[in-house]
Amino acid sequence: MSAQDAAPASTTTPKPAPRGESGKAVAKFVAQRVAGLLATLFVASLVVFGSLYLAPGNPLTFLTHGRSMTPDAITQLKAQYHLDDPLWMQYLRWLGGVLHGDFGTSIIYNQPVGALLETRMQSTLLLVVMAAVMVLVFGLAIGVFAGLKPGFLSRSVMAVATATMAVPTFVAAVILILVFAVNLGWFPVFGAGSPGLDAVYHMVLPALGLALASVAFVARLSQAAIRQELSSDHVQTAISRGLARRFIVRRHVIRNAAMPVLTVAGLTIAGLIAGSVVVEQVFQLGGFGQFLVSSVQQKDFPVVQAICMVYVASFIVLNTVIDLLYSLLDPRVSLGRTAS
Amino acid sequence: MTAMSLLSVDSLTVKLPVAGEMRTVLKDVSFELEPGKALGLVGESGSGKSMTVRTIARLLPPGADVTGHVRFDGTEVFDLRGEALRKYRAGDVSMIFQDARAHTNPVRRIGDFLTEALCTNQRMPKKQAEARAVELLAEVGIHNPEQRLRQYPHELSGGLLQRVMIAAAVAVKPRLILADEPTTALDVTTQAEVMVILKRMQSEYGMAMLFITHDLELASSVCDDTIVFYAGQVVERQQASRLHRDPLHPYTAALVRARPEIERRAGRLPALPGHPTTAYEAPDGCAFAPRCAFAQDACRVSVPPLLRIGEQGDSRCVRMPELHGSLLAAAGTTQEVTP
Amino acid sequence: MTALAAEGRMVARTARRMRRTGALGLSGWTAVGALVLIVLIAAVGPLLNSVDPNAVSLSEAYQNPSAAHLLGTDANGRDLFARLVDGSRTALTGPFLVVLVSTILGTSLALAAVWFGGWFDQVSVRVMDAVFAFPGLLLAILATALFGSGLTAAVAALSIAYIPYIGRIVRSAALRERNLPYVAALRVQGVHGVLISLKHILPNISGLIVANATLAFGFALMDLAGLSFIGLGVQAPTPDWGAMVGTGMSGILQGFPDEALFASALIVITVAAVNVLGDRLTERSEALS
Repeated sequence: MSAQDAAPASTTTPKPAPRGESGKAVAKFVAQRVAGLLATLFVASLVVFGSLYLAPGNPLTFLTHGRSMTPDAITQLKAQYHLDDPLWMQYLRWLGGVLHGDFGTSIIYNQPVGALLETRMQSTLLLVVMAAVMVLVFGLAIGVFAGLKPGFLSRSVMAVATATMAVPTFVAAVILILVFAVNLGWFPVFGAGSPGLDAVYHMVLPALGLALASVAFVARLSQAAIRQELSSDHVQTAISRGLARRFIVRRHVIRNAAMPVLTVAGLTIAGLIAGSVVVEQVFQLGGFGQFLVSSVQQKDFPVVQAICMVYVASFIVLNTVIDLLYSLLDPRVSLGRTAS
Repeated sequence: MTAMSLLSVDSLTVKLPVAGEMRTVLKDVSFELEPGKALGLVGESGSGKSMTVRTIARLLPPGADVTGHVRFDGTEVFDLRGEALRKYRAGDVSMIFQDARAHTNPVRRIGDFLTEALCTNQRMPKKQAEARAVELLAEVGIHNPEQRLRQYPHELSGGLLQRVMIAAAVAVKPRLILADEPTTALDVTTQAEVMVILKRMQSEYGMAMLFITHDLELASSVCDDTIVFYAGQVVERQQASRLHRDPLHPYTAALVRARPEIERRAGRLPALPGHPTTAYEAPDGCAFAPRCAFAQDACRVSVPPLLRIGEQGDSRCVRMPELHGSLLAAAGTTQEVTP
Repeated sequence: MTALAAEGRMVARTARRMRRTGALGLSGWTAVGALVLIVLIAAVGPLLNSVDPNAVSLSEAYQNPSAAHLLGTDANGRDLFARLVDGSRTALTGPFLVVLVSTILGTSLALAAVWFGGWFDQVSVRVMDAVFAFPGLLLAILATALFGSGLTAAVAALSIAYIPYIGRIVRSAALRERNLPYVAALRVQGVHGVLISLKHILPNISGLIVANATLAFGFALMDLAGLSFIGLGVQAPTPDWGAMVGTGMSGILQGFPDEALFASALIVITVAAVNVLGDRLTERSEALS
């Protein structure tokens, strides 16, 4: 605004950054964000690795937890964690392994953690993806409807949404089991089912339980965004030009509300990752989350570390990707601005 | 209503719901506008000039209560529904808003803004609409129009954006332009440039114009006639060029005296005592009476009618016949500001 | 700004002012009422309990509500009413501690970051970003893996996880405040930075802080209840709402859903009341600024 405003309007030549320059700005911006992502991942890995040394007692007794282990096993454990090496070397070795998908060996199963995770990945992935789809489809549909058609129905829907946001994931899951699995018998109570459609069928209730509060949140958010755009000055302009309402809604209301809403919805979806732990536990889905909880209870620390790292990494990567997309796709966001 | 008039506003009264009650914002407003003529609407903020224009464009907020008539080319504007209303807005009247930045969609390109009305309302092919947009941008004095089409509003300065707004308004060749303080948000040098362009476009295209401003001089330089608003009422109507030389209402006179002039050396500018009133708060009788240096008991009894003052114009001041011609001379009677 | 927009804004401001005179409005006061009742139950309820919430009586398992057991009994024949009342203490204390610690730490960190600026601000922003990368629940699970299951480790972990939540909001609000002319005026008068931060900036953003702390309470309650639900939080036999939903699961499958339902209802009502109050407080702090 400022620099261009000061210059006499008629003499300023348009100065949209030449193609190459704007490309450079984008590249610089992306590079900055990726660097930030790597820095955050680095700190996260330090926390996950270092937590072993925060635990009371020395790492070896913490890892064995007073279990009677064969000397062989203890040697192996020591070798795996390189407990005799300096700390920073231990960390680098662990990090190097993680980058190659080597998360060490499970103390309980005595198998590579990577292999154990592989068999459990599918149900977690399916759960989060199905919940994400529900959040987007239902959340946006309800929100857009309520935003465009103000009135009693819309107000009631929003009141229900507000109440739903107060329902924690596990309560939603328990109620869904009670109503749809136990009382109505429409869906199975436990288990992930066999691969294919059966797995999807088994995952309906868990995904719904995981998605419910986020659906309500996204609905409220998009309703507010639509209402705000509808009353905006530029929509007044469009109305004053005699454009059809349907055209205005599509081109000026939905389009403008979409970017910020989709961004927050994306972040909400990233937040589903943590909630999936609880839902998996309720429905005994045998994914990462259930494995994490049982490993915490059995003190299988290599597994706990690995799953925490995977969760945190996916959360960070998702957040960064959404943030990047938003900044690059919304013309209102200027790339030069530093994020904070 | 004369046979000539394009727009005829007749005893228009508008009430808006505010905090659970209906508040009057316009009271008994009447005026006529002939094709191709420019009419200035002058007044302080909240005096109802903006609301008048919005009523004509049918852009009132929901729940507004309207009585009286607005006729465009003989058609009752408030009878328009659905498709007819869209046609009226799309082809007959165009609005230019004060804050061009807020009134353009930030995520759509300038090109989209200029062509969307042409493409959707007039079914003009995209290519042709773009060519027309380039022409229009050149007409409002914007260089490199092709490049501008691909830019977003935030990449343009306020002055440029207001020119785009003007181009978009005249693009559909309307018969009436409603300009709501189109230059108020701009800095002084840009104001003059934008004003010249607006005036030129208005006469070149032969459009009638309602021009809202709080600047008496600007109104007199751009418009044929001027009406002055106070508290939701028309208090004076006359030829724009005579308004500041021979005002027909004490309020106008006070406004004229409150602004500096190059020819006149003034030690201290007289300010208007009191605060501007809204129609809703206006007292019984003449709304301006509490601030008027000429007010008498008679002024406070009933709302004065709009009186015809010879051939010169109309005035809503009961004392006008006796005061005519002496308003500006009676300098001593208005209070001066003491620092 | 067009006249209409100005008018609209004036209308909105008047409406908000009207709302302010009614302070929180009907929904806000209803929420306050519900919360006062819940806190009262937690404070004095357990003292009035005539039945031991942990008294097991296997012969009385899954009984319907009666004079002896107001809300019936659970799988072990324990009195549900007594357990719900007793469980309110753990259910509320945990989130309260989390909010208290994270709000104090987050606010101090943010105010210091804003006042000192420069590298200190940069570092604290980076650190908060990194902590923000850990979903609270996950950090709490990691903590229970290290220090053993129970409320202590979980509360400590969540207190840290919630610092950026408060810290980010306080930082941006304090930054806005710091750039206002009155702060510059105070600095010119030689008022010490700590004093400006504590006596001027902090009071001006306190409404916002309280509003967000309230909302954080709801999240913390859900996180801690979830943790107890999966068995890593409050340990049996101590009663807790989240844990009761967990133990109530087996009852659901056997056709006795009361325990899970009552505990769920209390959690939802409490969180809903907290959320509504938080929303109203947020609106109020926005209206006042």
